[in-house]
Amino acid sequence: MPNAIEVDNVSKVFRLYSEKFSSLKERVIHGGKNPYQEFHALKGVSLNIGEGTSVGLLGHNGSGKSTLLKTIAGIIQPNSGEIRVKGRVSAMLEVGAGFHPELSGRDNIFLSATLLGLPVSEVKSRFDEIVEFSELGQFIDNQVKYYSSGMYARLGFAVAVNVDPDVLLVDEVLAVGDENFQRKCIERIKSFQKDGRTIVFVSHSPELVRAICDFAYVLDHGSLIGEGSPAEAIAELRDSLNRNKGQVGGAVIGGDVVVAPAPESQDRPLSITSLRAVADVERNTDSTRISPNDSLKIVVSYSAKEQVTGTNITLSIVAPNNDVVFSANSEDLQIEPFDIDSDGVFELYFDKVPLLDGVYGLAVTINDRSRIPMAWAEEKIGFQVVNPSLVSGLVALEYRVNPSSRS
Amino acid sequence: MLDHFQSEEQSEGGDGGRTSRSELHVVASSVSVPKRIVRLWEYRPLLISLVRKELSVKYKNSILGFVWSMLNPALTLVIYFVVFQLVLKNGIPQFAVYLLCGLVVWNFFSNAIMGATGSVVANAGIVKKVSFPREVLPLASVGSAMVFFFLQGIVLILALVIARDVPAFSYLPLLLFAFVDLMILSGALAVLLGALNVFYRDTQHLLEIVLMAWFWATPVVYPYQQIATPLMHHGLLFLDFINPMTAIVLTFQRVLYAKVSPMGTTHTVVHLLPANSVLWFAGQLSIVLVVSTILFLIALKIFGRMEGNFAEEL
Repeated sequence: MPNAIEVDNVSKVFRLYSEKFSSLKERVIHGGKNPYQEFHALKGVSLNIGEGTSVGLLGHNGSGKSTLLKTIAGIIQPNSGEIRVKGRVSAMLEVGAGFHPELSGRDNIFLSATLLGLPVSEVKSRFDEIVEFSELGQFIDNQVKYYSSGMYARLGFAVAVNVDPDVLLVDEVLAVGDENFQRKCIERIKSFQKDGRTIVFVSHSPELVRAICDFAYVLDHGSLIGEGSPAEAIAELRDSLNRNKGQVGGAVIGGDVVVAPAPESQDRPLSITSLRAVADVERNTDSTRISPNDSLKIVVSYSAKEQVTGTNITLSIVAPNNDVVFSANSEDLQIEPFDIDSDGVFELYFDKVPLLDGVYGLAVTINDRSRIPMAWAEEKIGFQVVNPSLVSGLVALEYRVNPSSRS
Repeated sequence: MLDHFQSEEQSEGGDGGRTSRSELHVVASSVSVPKRIVRLWEYRPLLISLVRKELSVKYKNSILGFVWSMLNPALTLVIYFVVFQLVLKNGIPQFAVYLLCGLVVWNFFSNAIMGATGSVVANAGIVKKVSFPREVLPLASVGSAMVFFFLQGIVLILALVIARDVPAFSYLPLLLFAFVDLMILSGALAVLLGALNVFYRDTQHLLEIVLMAWFWATPVVYPYQQIATPLMHHGLLFLDFINPMTAIVLTFQRVLYAKVSPMGTTHTVVHLLPANSVLWFAGQLSIVLVVSTILFLIALKIFGRMEGNFAEEL
């Protein structure tokens, strides 16, 4: 498959000015120099996108994904490296770019389409289709300043998708318009895919990437850190998110295990020394990454200074947004209280974890008879679920579709 | 709705039914000037669209619309007629017509580059969001100034008819030559200043002052000979032709006003224009053409250098 887009070792440095002197006077006063810091938005990124594929660019804020999209679109030029794009490019970075409020919708169609590089004759032949798609009807001859934001967005999108691009670059513009129009936009993008056009899609939303793309790249701090199927890339993205959090949060999350140290933990008779999840119970690997409905083992190690009798253990599984998805106490499971007299290990087994994508945290407490916690530990990155299928959401519900109709 | 889609995309459900284009866009840190010119040429529909936009926005919601752009020179004509011919009596026959010949040219020049200087900044929204050759923006200002130039030209022709002035037909081809010069010169400065203003916003304020000085350095209000004669005595005539506008304005005056040394209203001969041949004018215009073209290429080069940082700077 020939490449539609070749990104060859592209770097982009932005200058972040702490203060911007854009008048001559200020420049003279400050010796012609603006104080700035260099920000490397892209660091030698290389990637090839085959013709007819739909590729997602994932990354957090400031990861460089939008910068990369803008460089592919030719809006900003790289400091080094080269990008080769085959065919007509249409970039949807903002709907209705170039619209002038004083002009009618009709005039704006011509303005915007020529801005995207369409010859006037082609605009004329597509005009009806654009109006049809925008659902503006007779309002097309009204000045754009009287349009609602939804109408404005619809017209902008209608122009962008009707310029007949070979390569369509989309930057989270689908979040406009009502649900009905959004669906239409996604349908249009799908029909583009069917036509064998190339689509590059930037999004915060892993769900949209999963729905639309067949391949995805993950960017972090201006470098490519992962690529693969959307599911793999999304997992990679979540990994990097947690790594970043580790750097920022520092104290909270280190490498593997974090034991929440109680201030007087030295004096406590009981403490939890480690808390970890083990994926793939049978093979007992070190991996903490599982697929939906895999089995999972949680290993809690503790050390005791003196004998404690009648303890029970509580385990909670915490979703990325800190919702508790599951919590249970051993006594509730009709398990006899444990007597602890030295160091030991609890192993908790789940035969099936019906969760979907996400990094889940674990929280464990060992309690005394009256369920007052004696020792506790928390692990923000307990285990990760990577979902290879196309379903999305929180819980891996099993479902069937009965295709026969009622009549 | 659906029918539309189907008629448009005959290749429903098939890959490869659609033949994709194969022209290659290269995005790199620098694009050569010839490539820029090719790309500019491809975007001429946009140039036309932008000119149309500027024109229709300018007089939107005004009742007289385009008439305004003609009323402006017409009124100037009347004022100068009253002031210089009835009150001050400067002795130049049909001074108002003489003035208008130069003023129409100057208005074009100053409108074009004033508009162009602010054009990139004013269109920050699209510069940041859409990829297109940005030179189109300042050039669109030149384009819309050209339309007003033609509208004002109508006023000039009417004035010529009313004054029963006969243009110098043997010099007529020079008019086209001068016009081409004017376009290229304005285009070069437009592109250059448009880019410069992104980084130094005082360009436009500075330009207002420079343009005022430049206006008085060009023989529009005063006759060329009035300044050329003393300059010639000191062997400094070349000074007048450092200003490329001199040759252009002189050509318009020579062709349309056509009186080189007419009998003045005070019954003495006034020397207005150089009594030179068509060839002399053509030579002067050729120099301007060469200089302007080189300037235009340099402007494109500089614009290209600066363009990479537009999206960030705005």
